Amino acid sequence: MGIFQRFARLPLKSTYIWSLCPQYSTDLTAVDRALIVRSSNPGAAPPRLPFSRVTREDLAFFRTLLPGRTITDPDLLKSSNVDWLKTVEGNSEVLLRPKTTEEVSQILRHCNERNLAVCPQGGNTGLVGGSVPVFDEIILSTSLMNQVITFDNISGILTCQAGCVLENLSNYLEERDFIMPLDLGAKGSCHIGGNVSTNAGGLRLLRYGSLRGTVLGLEVVLADGRILNCLATLRKDNTGYDLKQLFIGSEGTLGVITAVSILCPRKPKAVNVAFLGCSSFQQLLETFQCCRGMLGEILSAFEFFDASCMSLLEKHLKLTNPITESPFYIVIETAGSNATHDEEKLHKFLEEVMTSSLVTDGTVATEATKIKALWSLRERVTEALTHEGYTYKYDISLPVEKIYDLVQDMRGHLGDMAKNVVGYGHVGDGNLHLNITSPSKDPALLAAIEPYVYEWTSEWKGSISAEHGLGLKKRNYIYYSKPSEAVALMGSIKAMLDPKGILNPYKTLPDNIH
Amino acid sequence: MSARVLVGVKRVIDYAVKIRVKPDHTGVVTDGVKHSMNPFCEIAVEEAVKLKEKKLVKEVVAVSCGPQQVQETIRTALAMGADRGIHVEVSGKDYETLGPLQVSKILAALAKKEQADLIILGKQAIDDDCNQTGQMTAALLDWPQGTFASEVNIEADKLKVVREVDGGLETIKIKLPAVVTADLRLNTPRYATLPNIMKAKKKKIANVKPADLGVDVSSRLEVLKVDEPPQRQGGVKVETVNDLVRKLKEAGRI
Repeated sequence: MGIFQRFARLPLKSTYIWSLCPQYSTDLTAVDRALIVRSSNPGAAPPRLPFSRVTREDLAFFRTLLPGRTITDPDLLKSSNVDWLKTVEGNSEVLLRPKTTEEVSQILRHCNERNLAVCPQGGNTGLVGGSVPVFDEIILSTSLMNQVITFDNISGILTCQAGCVLENLSNYLEERDFIMPLDLGAKGSCHIGGNVSTNAGGLRLLRYGSLRGTVLGLEVVLADGRILNCLATLRKDNTGYDLKQLFIGSEGTLGVITAVSILCPRKPKAVNVAFLGCSSFQQLLETFQCCRGMLGEILSAFEFFDASCMSLLEKHLKLTNPITESPFYIVIETAGSNATHDEEKLHKFLEEVMTSSLVTDGTVATEATKIKALWSLRERVTEALTHEGYTYKYDISLPVEKIYDLVQDMRGHLGDMAKNVVGYGHVGDGNLHLNITSPSKDPALLAAIEPYVYEWTSEWKGSISAEHGLGLKKRNYIYYSKPSEAVALMGSIKAMLDPKGILNPYKTLPDNIH
Repeated sequence: MSARVLVGVKRVIDYAVKIRVKPDHTGVVTDGVKHSMNPFCEIAVEEAVKLKEKKLVKEVVAVSCGPQQVQETIRTALAMGADRGIHVEVSGKDYETLGPLQVSKILAALAKKEQADLIILGKQAIDDDCNQTGQMTAALLDWPQGTFASEVNIEADKLKVVREVDGGLETIKIKLPAVVTADLRLNTPRYATLPNIMKAKKKKIANVKPADLGVDVSSRLEVLKVDEPPQRQGGVKVETVNDLVRKLKEAGRI
């Protein structure tokens, strides 16, 4: 089929009319910026940039390079063109599945020469529309780059290809008495390369820190096909600039990560989970302080969700509340090397919070099945929300005391416009997941939420995207959390590493950098 | 009703743990492995506690046979609502060879000693899958039995039990005292909540030896060998129908 026939069939996904918007200027106040933002939809796609389109010759090249792994069937492409939340859809016509770094290098070299845009894709579980094409970008999937390269069971350093599924790596490590330093609800589908390029946080960050500390080395293919091998497996290496930090969290816009070496902690011999109910957020915070003090080094997770989340879990997923109804629920996990020591600490802590009435009810689990059951209450909130209709998701970092104020404020501000306003997240890290649901997409609701929520966050010097990244949806809000000098420097780095801008265009950096 | 219920609880390797066979093939690895209460025993405890909450029974006594660690399992039963516990001390070689026959003798002796009116057990343990203890206990006591129970109701001095059988559901009425074994759908066990866990610390667990009950725990069975099930062979994908036919012929299937 001719390229032009395809072009004529392309439905116009974006109704964004950039020309109506005045150009940004550095003298703008926050109020001016808000006015501009409100006059359009900054989360929608901008017009297509003048990249080349895929020709028969390109397809022939790919098919020779990746026989049987160049996918052009529209039915097979469908799931890779839509994000997990089913809110963003692209029109890619080519999905490539390389197996080796060399193949990725050849792909990018070709695309760079031909000025073809590329959308790197891991498990496609991102929540900001960063993992799917906006237009016809070629999808570069890591799904066949799923080999573990080496594992050193003395140092705990794992080296693997970027397409390894996180859960598979966890299982591999658990057999060898180690665990991955990160864990998230999407573990069954997400790829480690994607986790690193989005600097994923997750449930264990409180204990093991972020990927910026645990990733020891990366192998990255740059936009022009050059292979950057910084795959060191050294705990300490102060020789020159730490280039890998540029790529961690760059969301596929500076290079394609093809291999990762990561430091893995030992598998804890004793894991306990406590599920507690609190009657106020203030008591939740005091419980956290008590927890930090009494559990100390064995604390490995401190998560919360509110009563609205619990009712969604009960309504849509038929899960049962293990304790009496409370306004707030906490999931606390401890992980240590000695069961007796940990249980004693945990029981003392629980006795303390119960007798001081910081906590109104709770339950404890030490067995794997029960632990999974209690964790699933927190992990499946995102899933329960998808059954409500359309969800507006916000991932905000705030000073810990202010976290729930935002939720209550939004409830008051939105009133009846929203079906549900719920709050949950990694309260131990100061990270709130604010979700607002409505039976279907509602522009009026969106206008009431944004930029109010971003201004609120900015006022308290928080982050408008704590761990989800910017992707497509939040790229234009970067100025709420970063000064213009910083964003300008980001633009320079992008221009230096990817002069043609072929790597994951329309994502992460704002449309207009000033 | 002033009935007393005896509930047997067994400490088994946790359902979610990956089982490994010992290198000498005499059994499975239990050292350092997570243990918990047998899921069917949890259902049995839940049923007994429910009966107490309905005021149909007066006291729930949790019993377990084994070494020191089974006290944890008894404490879990106490946290779920049992009133007191009995730990029948069996350890070492005796514990390794402890099976349904010896346990049912112990339970029968305890039932007489404690003057129990009802014994509720799990239908089987997830480690040996024997499904024998309940039936043997009833036979030793010459009590009626309602096994694979998915519903239990006390009506005057009789027990109405709905049993899950191959052909469907069978409803029987049996006289008390009786033995009931719990099946999966009897109830959903509650989580032990913190206030109850704390109350449970103060509840009593009595220690008893099998010899005190006049029971000989020596086994008449000898385990010869324990092996893993054969590894599942991977399948093979073929490109064409001709390949499929050829492979089937090679495998002697056609």
